[in-house]
Amino acid sequence: MKGFRVRGTLGSVLVGCAILASGVLAEEGAVTGEGALRPVAIVGSEVPQSLTETPGDPVRGRALVADRTKGLCLLCHAGPFPEERFQGNIGPDLAGIGGRLSAAALRLRLVDGRALNPDTIMPSYYTLQATTRVGAAWRGRPVLEAQEIEDIVAFLGTLRDTRTEGSAL
Amino acid sequence: MRGRSAPVLGLLLAWSATAAEIPVSERRSGFDAMSPDIQAMQQDEMANPGLLWLQDGADLWGKAPSPDRPACAGCHGEAGASMRGVAVRYPVYDAATAAPIDLEGRINACRARHQGAAPFPRESRELLGLTTYVAAQSRGLPIAPPDDPRLASARAVGKALFTQRMGQLGLSCAACHDDHAGRRLGAALIPQGHPTGYPLYRLEWQGVGSVQRRLRNCMTGMRAEPFANGAPEFVALERYLMDRASPLPLETPAVRP
Ligand code: HEC
Ligand code: HEC
Repeated sequence: MKGFRVRGTLGSVLVGCAILASGVLAEEGAVTGEGALRPVAIVGSEVPQSLTETPGDPVRGRALVADRTKGLCLLCHAGPFPEERFQGNIGPDLAGIGGRLSAAALRLRLVDGRALNPDTIMPSYYTLQATTRVGAAWRGRPVLEAQEIEDIVAFLGTLRDTRTEGSAL
Repeated sequence: MRGRSAPVLGLLLAWSATAAEIPVSERRSGFDAMSPDIQAMQQDEMANPGLLWLQDGADLWGKAPSPDRPACAGCHGEAGASMRGVAVRYPVYDAATAAPIDLEGRINACRARHQGAAPFPRESRELLGLTTYVAAQSRGLPIAPPDDPRLASARAVGKALFTQRMGQLGLSCAACHDDHAGRRLGAALIPQGHPTGYPLYRLEWQGVGSVQRRLRNCMTGMRAEPFANGAPEFVALERYLMDRASPLPLETPAVRP
């Protein structure tokens, strides 16, 4: 049991401090609105609660997973994507992953897999993690937005090790 | 102003080793995993496109920068004799600036100190040409790190940078090149990341580029802010990479996909 931690609020505080420290006035809504992280509650090895009110869209999720400049997943993983050439082999194959992991477990794996394996190469997609020299274009925002995480969780849940998984979408 | 010692010290403190270094007997050049046709392109004197840059460098070697100043050859004579074994030692410690200096930096220092000439910009055709020409004189020699205690801090900084998570994706050089070399990152086979062939001709660049251009590419891939051209951090990384690659042979000008 890893206990209960609330992320996101801490992230927002850090972003707020960075803005103040650099002498730039925080715009109305910069800390609580677009770009700020929603609170994420890790319970054990899961994030049971959806990050958003809108249910994830598996079709959008599939497109994000296959997109090599957004989700980046296929750079490291293979999966049931017959139309995609050059899938990576750094992480495990995603085929059937929805049968092996619950939505809550998938959510933590995406939000911050380092909570499970501190040395993993897999990026933490929804943290403003302790890292240095973030490129100017990427500063102060997570790799994916909360709704995009939910879309991917919904899509991965459909991967059930059948011959037609994924392509039925 | 380049006062960077404070953040670098911070990095050193934050660094905790997880990755294991590649043992000497298992070190492999990126050359080994290339397709036979690209290997052949590198090894064929007529087909290697880097030879165009090498020829530029040979011309500049013999050319005086102004009528009253010597050419490189005026001080060093035949490059084949005087420059053999130089590139396999670099970066070295430069007493005049009391700092490590890489091969490009040395060429520009010679221009300033002995030729009264302005430095060539990094990645300019001239600097790539001269660096390629000088480095090619060591082709086939094993990389031989200098035994110089004044380089110890650069080595430590380079190693810390290599193992530190950077950029929005929080990757480190070591995560790819120590831990996952030989795996596929999309279409690319991850090499061990040895700087054995620089400057080299990359098909994707359609031109010759320096090792720092390669490092900038990797940092951009990590969504990290690359260091400036010639920055001390890059020189420190180069020092560590050369230590890590020794005793692989120098390949300049290599060819890579
Ligand atoms: C840079 C490499 C990399 C990227 C990019 C990446 N992953 Fe991973 N992933 C891994 C590795 C390696 C593991 C193995 C577990 C570990 O390292 O802790 C993993 C594990 C997983 C797991 C758990 C698998 C299991 O069988 O338990 C899931 C699910 C997953 N990744 C999904 C994704 C998705 C979806 C994306 C894109 C949004 C993604 N990954 C992007 C490297 C990556
Ligand atoms: C996510 C993976 C990844 C990370 C992180 C990464 N690299 Fe690379 N690196 C590659 C790949 C893949 C190549 C092969 C060239 C290509 O296809 O882009 C490469 C090539 C290289 C080469 C050239 C090897 C040759 O044979 O010419 C060097 C040197 C290198 N990397 C050093 C570094 C350093 C130093 C860092 C950190 C600042 C770093 N890399 C970070 C994936 C990575």
